Amino acid sequence: MYQAFIFVLRKELLLAFRQKTDMVTVLFFFIIVSSLFPFAVGPELSILKIIGPGVVWVGALLCSLLALHRVFETDFNDGSLEHLVLSGEPLTVLVIAKVSAHWLITGLPVVIVAPLIGLQFGLSVDSLTILLITLLVGTPVLSLIGSIGAALTLGVRGGAALTSMLILPFYVPILIFGAGAVVADAQGLSIDGHFSILVAMLCLSVALAPLAIASAIKIALE
Amino acid sequence: MNIWKYSSPQYFYPLAKKMATIFFVFAAVFTVWGLYIGFFVAPTDFQQGESYRIIFIHVPAAWMSMLIYLIMSFWAAIGLIMNTRLSSMMAHALAPTGALMTFVALWTGAFWGRPTWGAWWVWDARLTSELILLFLYIGYMALRASIEDPRRADRASAILALVGVVNVPIIYFSVQWWNTLHQGASVSLTKSPSMATSMLTGMLVMALAFWMYSIAVSLIRVRRIIRDREANAAWLAESSGAQ
Amino acid sequence: MQWESIADFFAMGGYGLYVWGSYIVTALCVVFEILDLKKNR
Repeated sequence: MYQAFIFVLRKELLLAFRQKTDMVTVLFFFIIVSSLFPFAVGPELSILKIIGPGVVWVGALLCSLLALHRVFETDFNDGSLEHLVLSGEPLTVLVIAKVSAHWLITGLPVVIVAPLIGLQFGLSVDSLTILLITLLVGTPVLSLIGSIGAALTLGVRGGAALTSMLILPFYVPILIFGAGAVVADAQGLSIDGHFSILVAMLCLSVALAPLAIASAIKIALE
Repeated sequence: MNIWKYSSPQYFYPLAKKMATIFFVFAAVFTVWGLYIGFFVAPTDFQQGESYRIIFIHVPAAWMSMLIYLIMSFWAAIGLIMNTRLSSMMAHALAPTGALMTFVALWTGAFWGRPTWGAWWVWDARLTSELILLFLYIGYMALRASIEDPRRADRASAILALVGVVNVPIIYFSVQWWNTLHQGASVSLTKSPSMATSMLTGMLVMALAFWMYSIAVSLIRVRRIIRDREANAAWLAESSGAQ
Repeated sequence: MQWESIADFFAMGGYGLYVWGSYIVTALCVVFEILDLKKNR
């Protein structure tokens, strides 16, 4: 079981590193989208400071969405997803491996670059640290929940747009507590509550999302 | 009499028609009764004037939008676990009515908010949650519509509905945390001791009317779904002559 | 009964737009839903 996990994770990462365009595209998408906001609202640093955390969070969320359809789609199309299901290994474990790979490839780079974007919005070092931590806890939840949508829409017309439509409402709580933590801290409030809830959401989605994803994959393959 | 036979589309189909008629009659009676109380018995609210009369449709629609989501998910889950076709069809039939109720709740909420809060839209916890609920309904229907195979559509949308049921309380809680600005503002009417009994009665009767209406419409819709999906079944051809 | 005339009833104490705007749209939704179900028959 452990070996199967490592095997799938390695395969995914190897493929991603061999073809770096995916990673690079997502990363630059994040940087460009976030950089658009100052043009839209003006260069006033006091305003940018307020919207900064929200912009970074929405950017991270869009990046997660952007790469979602690749989590299972290529494997679904070339039939290797069916092999995985029939391999006899628990599907939930394989699913966690694939989602982890998705997060490592698209989520983690975004988290690492986020403080740089934060600097552009005039966030303080404190705010940047909190932004980094909340993103680190929150983006895996985005990948997990998003993968449910990706699995449900396998081979369905409408593709990426449909996936986004299904999934975005479920992103609302993470957005609220993720960006909210940075704002609360800037106002001098405690962020223990925000942080605990983010961690709780991570635990809940680690426990439940793989089950939903696995059943969705089975349904798609029938 | 074996009631379980009605879990088969074939036997449910004619029963649904009879039940729908009965529920439509109930809905009509309750609507007339409720509107009579709402407009002619209930007094003017001393704070909000006549604008409060929107609650006679706003609150029932909001209640139904949430209740229908729960019932829809319940049938979807039964369909998923027990593999019963009719349950999935019920879930399918409930979604549009639920979405409509959500829309009505939002619309009337905006029309109530304008005179009460001075804005058509306020990012109040209830309104915002209701908006997200509308998105969930739309997602459910979109997923269903885009999958061709009806059995796969049943099961995939059931999973989405269940994910929704787990998330709805989390979303509601988050949105409330996010905005405590309007605490009490939208409920003051139902909670305040000044609320006349006739106001409450009117609201409850209208809620019954909305409930009966939702059942009736969903039954009609489930008949349509049965007709579409069992188009090749011999029993349908036989009964269509009799119906 | 608090209405003195039909005009008074429709004015809704100055809130006519909001009250009737809500009720009419709700009624339209119901009519639309029923018509939609009839049409597909």
